[in-house]
Amino acid sequence: MKPETPRIDMPRTAQAGEIIRILTKIRHPMETGWRRGGDGKKVPRNRINKFVCDFNGKEVFSADFHSGVSADPYLVFHAKVSGTGTYNFKWEADDGKVFTASAPITTVGV
Amino acid sequence: MIVKYLDEVHVNRRQVLALGGSALAVLAASGLMAPPALASPKAAKAKLAELVGGKKAEKGRVAIILPPMTNDGKRVRIKVAVDSPMTEQDYVKSLHILAERNTVPEVASYHFGPLSGKAEMITRIRVAKSQTISAAAEMSDGSVYMAKVRCKVARGAGGCG
Repeated sequence: MKPETPRIDMPRTAQAGEIIRILTKIRHPMETGWRRGGDGKKVPRNRINKFVCDFNGKEVFSADFHSGVSADPYLVFHAKVSGTGTYNFKWEADDGKVFTASAPITTVGV
Repeated sequence: MIVKYLDEVHVNRRQVLALGGSALAVLAASGLMAPPALASPKAAKAKLAELVGGKKAEKGRVAIILPPMTNDGKRVRIKVAVDSPMTEQDYVKSLHILAERNTVPEVASYHFGPLSGKAEMITRIRVAKSQTISAAAEMSDGSVYMAKVRCKVARGAGGCG
């Protein structure tokens, strides 16, 4: 599976106090640890176990993933825009890899 | 569907032929190819009690949107919405999704806050076999609400834990 940077889809601008939709997608096999490869050996467990979204360092939303989450975790959630700033996204995998992404947002006057 | 299965276990036709029928039978008999045991509704209930700290879950306020029947248990789109004003005083703290017949009943936990604005999320989950999927929301005042929905996985469609 070729590595891919996480994909984020959210508006670039919003009114202060507006609730925006954030769509995140990351390419990851989410190995459960009980699947066997072609050599008959078990493929080691490797899942994304934690996802965190923060706005200017303040946590907005987080999630704990277990084996029941599909490969290439796709997640849609919402956030209330409190001002101009950056949304930071972080995924942590079982093998210690950490994937990050960020997206800026600017508030516009009403 | 067969092509998909072969792709999943990374075995090609040549390898199967090389193994031979007898070897395959031995492999099956020794339990090497046996799938991992699935959980039970009881296990899911115990897991939920552990997650919410033993509080009794009431019905209502949680809505689950899930296809009643699917051909692909590997990725089932689920949308969960909780009826909450999401203010500083009253918001949804956590949302847990459980699949009682998966190998591991807990699927995912989501943690919201007043900055989330809306207690609603969409994701894709694995459904091992036809079963009841439940979602439980833990409110900021400590109360727990839950909803259940039935999801059928078509026979022969596979799926994984």
